[in-house]
Amino acid sequence: MSSRRKQCKRQILKFGQNVVRFITGTLAADSPEEEQELAALRYRPETIDHLQALTHFTREELQILYRGFKNECPSGLVDEETFKNIYAHFFPQGDSSNYAYFLFRAFDRNQTGSVTFEDFSVGLSVLLRGPVEEKLAWVFNLYDVNKDGFITKEEMLDIMRAIYDMMGKSVHPRLSEDGPRQHTEIFFQTMDKNQDGVITIDEFIESCQKEENIVKSMDIFENAL
Amino acid sequence: MAAGVAAWLPFARAAAIGWMPVANCPMPIAPRDHNKRQDELIILNVSGRRFQTWRTTLDRYPDTLLGSSEKEFFYNEEAKEYFFDRDPDAFRSVLNFYRTGKLHYPRSECIQAYDEELAFFGIIPEIIGDCCYEEYKDRKRENLERLQDDQEDKKDIKPPNMTFRETIWRAFENPHTSTMALVFYYVTGFFIAISVLTNVVETVPCGSTSQKDISCGQRYTVAFFCMDTACVMIFTVEYLLRLFAAPSRYLFMRSVMSIIDVVAIFPYYIGLVMTDNEDVSGAFVTLRVFRVFRIFKFSRHSQGLRILGYTLKSCASELGFLLFSLTMAIIIFATVMFYAEKGSSSTKFTSIPASFWYTIVTMTTLGYGDMVPKTIAGKIFGSICSLSGVLVIALPVPVIVSNFSRIYHQNQRADKRRAQKVQKARLARIRIAKKGSSNAYLQTKRNGLLNELLDLTASEEDQQHLNKTKSLLESQHHHLLHCLEKTTGHDFVDEQLFEQNCLEGAMPPYRSRTPSVSSLEGLTGTCCSRRTKRSVPLPIANAPDSHTHPHALTHTLPKSPGLQELSAINIQCAEKQIHSSSRSNLNMQTNEVDRRNCKQQKVTTAIISIQTPSTGSPAEDGGHGLPNRGASVMTTASSNIIKVSAL
Repeated sequence: MSSRRKQCKRQILKFGQNVVRFITGTLAADSPEEEQELAALRYRPETIDHLQALTHFTREELQILYRGFKNECPSGLVDEETFKNIYAHFFPQGDSSNYAYFLFRAFDRNQTGSVTFEDFSVGLSVLLRGPVEEKLAWVFNLYDVNKDGFITKEEMLDIMRAIYDMMGKSVHPRLSEDGPRQHTEIFFQTMDKNQDGVITIDEFIESCQKEENIVKSMDIFENAL
Repeated sequence: MAAGVAAWLPFARAAAIGWMPVANCPMPIAPRDHNKRQDELIILNVSGRRFQTWRTTLDRYPDTLLGSSEKEFFYNEEAKEYFFDRDPDAFRSVLNFYRTGKLHYPRSECIQAYDEELAFFGIIPEIIGDCCYEEYKDRKRENLERLQDDQEDKKDIKPPNMTFRETIWRAFENPHTSTMALVFYYVTGFFIAISVLTNVVETVPCGSTSQKDISCGQRYTVAFFCMDTACVMIFTVEYLLRLFAAPSRYLFMRSVMSIIDVVAIFPYYIGLVMTDNEDVSGAFVTLRVFRVFRIFKFSRHSQGLRILGYTLKSCASELGFLLFSLTMAIIIFATVMFYAEKGSSSTKFTSIPASFWYTIVTMTTLGYGDMVPKTIAGKIFGSICSLSGVLVIALPVPVIVSNFSRIYHQNQRADKRRAQKVQKARLARIRIAKKGSSNAYLQTKRNGLLNELLDLTASEEDQQHLNKTKSLLESQHHHLLHCLEKTTGHDFVDEQLFEQNCLEGAMPPYRSRTPSVSSLEGLTGTCCSRRTKRSVPLPIANAPDSHTHPHALTHTLPKSPGLQELSAINIQCAEKQIHSSSRSNLNMQTNEVDRRNCKQQKVTTAIISIQTPSTGSPAEDGGHGLPNRGASVMTTASSNIIKVSAL
């Protein structure tokens, strides 16, 4: 009861204040200063020497990489939206946001929600300059969405759908609803050695190294930078 | 492809490694970077001011002057810099465009100078960023108007060879062009004035006979009738002449001025028709009211009147709001006054609608005094009513006033029409530019056929000769898209063609329209997804290479109107048999060229296969198929299959 009375009193007081303000003609008081938007975190990466030790890149290559990185993300951090936007530029016909999301999670090593330049350069170093086992491990990490060490069929189906989404609608032959699923089945048949429904990292690396195509194709981008 | 993200292309390509285990077939070869050089600073000397930037920054937009080889024309050997004899201030925005990917329009620049700079450097103005685009468009519009105003002064020059009809129309629209037109203009104006005057004087009482005053109209009936007739005759002649001369009679009849003309003269004719009938004479008298519309004919003679009319039309929303708010206030106050005055005796506020009159008169501060409140409550509310009336009316009026002045100065109607077209054109161009990347890829696939074959066989010069139009960036991007195609086993196709094929339904066998004599036909296949075989042998028209390629056929497909073949070009190249493939390459190359030369817009496809006799069993390799849409033939997986869809 008393709380209601207090509320009443407060409201009457406010009304009285409003009337006074109305009479004296002051404009509505400034609403409390809008909270300053948290200034975008300025993030400075580690020194170039540190990165040179961490990655397989030369000094000049790191310079070129960083210049491009900083140009697109002046704050030094890439968040998911920016990542998706950048990736979407390369695939104008389809919807690449799902695959970009998975990529983002793969690059963001500590699951912090943003990709720093270290994450970026370390990831690229593995992909472009690393040995085949590291590359395969990286790809395993990409496919393993929840990072539990196993690739399940659902995870693989998600990834497959994301890849097919990037193609868009105007493709030939016509995309069927079942295409990704079939592709996943084929994939599991080749990769899952003990047919237990999940793929572990050892199974994965072993199976991939057996396929000559895959091993060869891992190297096609080595002159990308 | 947007330039800012060109720096991220290595990242996108590296990320493509994620597709590799999923794809079951080998990936195409990556384009080689022959002229890999370290990124260097280049100096751009613009009228003495030196700008420096990285070469890769400029390479982001290869279809502009600075991004292409066109800038080599401006290279200064001694100073090792590029010299441009242009405005350095405008160049700042141009260079910032390369750096940031956004083009800005500086307010201090003259619009024409800026446009010229953009045209010189090969940048289309449509990509000006949204932050500056409004300003740019406004300035451009003003400039256009100024040019148009200059042009209108030249309208006095009579174009030769005008028909009689056109002459009359021109005389009506621009009276100062010829003397006759001027005379006619003044005569009609005079008669409009006379007619209006007559209508007015007709009702003045002049003299009185018997008991009551009679108006002049009733006294001098004949005289007024003659005057009226004369005026109406002139107006009719004018209207008929305009109708005859109008370039579009339908549009003319729909225009406001012609409606006013008609409304002004038809009461007279109706009066002629039905003078004797007593019943309708009341209605007839009402019709005479329409004669006053003749005064609107003056608007042809006065620009200001026309603008006023247009202002009212364009401020319809403000006027509507004014009316609406007034109505609300009237109803509220009328109700309040009615109930306030209900108590007092012999009050004029007999009903709420009766109070409307009081409210309106008070709110517009007229205050006739025929209805006044007597009770105290009534007086209080009456004063509130008059105070609020001032406010409600005063608020929308300045908007209308400013509208009028704006229109008077800018003649906005034509601009809006023009602006709409330009807006559509701008969006269309931007859309085309965005689609450009996917279309570029599809087009490159056609060309890529040749390139990739020559990759294996030809020398460096030939390859560079073919590659000269495509930048490295573009080829890397296309390679990336190609890898995606291989991974999923589907191809990108042109959107329009896709729609068309959807409509044409499923799978009728398509025939090509090749008028050319031969088209190599062979295995088709989608990459590794299906394993069906086809073995429909085709008639061999001539087989010049049959000894090298036992399975290469040439034949002429029967012509069939309308439909187009949509199948894939498959080139099976094995690394070993380079010599044999080269000959077929050349053959195929000429065929391709032939086909393209004699082709109309829609390109057909061809199915080419260069078999290597070594691989696989002959039976398997010997399958040939009619290229059905969706046909899928498995080819040997070990050799590199490069698949291109020509569209």
